[in-house]
Amino acid sequence: MIVKDVVEKLNLEIFSAPEGVDRVVTGGYTSDLLSDVMGHAREGQIWITLQTHKNIMAVATLKDLAAIILVKGFKPESDTLEASLAEGIPVLGSDLEAFELSGELFNILK
Amino acid sequence: MHLEFKVEGGDFSNAGSASSQIKRVLKQLNIDPSVIKRVVVALYEAEVNIVAHAYRGRIDAYISSSGIVLKLEDEGPGIPDVGKAMTKGFSTASKEVREMGFGAGMGLPNISDNSDVFTIDTIVGKGTSLNIEIKFR
Ligand SMILES: Nc1ncnc2c1ncn2[C@@H]1O[C@H](COP(=O)(O)OP(=O)(O)OP(=O)(O)O)[C@@H](O)[C@H]1O
Ligand SMILES: [Mg+2]
Repeated sequence: MIVKDVVEKLNLEIFSAPEGVDRVVTGGYTSDLLSDVMGHAREGQIWITLQTHKNIMAVATLKDLAAIILVKGFKPESDTLEASLAEGIPVLGSDLEAFELSGELFNILK
Repeated sequence: MHLEFKVEGGDFSNAGSASSQIKRVLKQLNIDPSVIKRVVVALYEAEVNIVAHAYRGRIDAYISSSGIVLKLEDEGPGIPDVGKAMTKGFSTASKEVREMGFGAGMGLPNISDNSDVFTIDTIVGKGTSLNIEIKFR
């Protein structure tokens, strides 16, 4: 599955880096703690979080994550968007809460 | 090869820039991706700790054919109890820093989990030095 499939199936908004929708998705990781994601997320996963600041892009880039989904209608900050564009890793959005969104992502990936 | 970086306390907008440059260099050197992943996690956590907990610091990275040695030296409050600081979940991060999703108390354990050698030297009221070594094999 690629990011584009996830965007369509979960009806996500693409905030930035639409060219990154071809990135391959290998799984998901849900956490709002950056060092938890740093220590435990794996390459190719989609990261579900409510954090919107630029450091999430540093983590996503360093960990080679496929994309980030912001939950509950949160919007990325402007320097987050810039970093997303520079790295080609999409920042996506959903109105769902992390619990529901994680469940839906789990279902389409399993 | 020797690379050097400066880190400013409180400057979260540049946190991770040394890690991403080192990652690029190691990729160019064709280092095993699983080793690069470990280097990146360890260095990122050490770098962010200077930003979150110290006033300023420097990073010296020494890359050889056998591995990478990372030396991080900061001017800062130091760590009164290193054993406690190494415990998963222990954090003195401020409320603001926690709201950003830092302060889980997992940084030092992450460094320890991803390095072959990890030592901390610290003087309370002066600063902290980290020595991190990861072998390429
Ligand atoms: N360079 C440093 N200078 C002063 N204190 C430090 C330094 N690095 C770590 N510490 C102390 O050790 C504690 C634990 O560090 P650790 O990196 O494990 O967690 P954290 O930085 O608080 O949270 P996280 O890394 O999960 O975002 C810190 O809260 C702080 O009290
Ligand atoms: Mg830390």
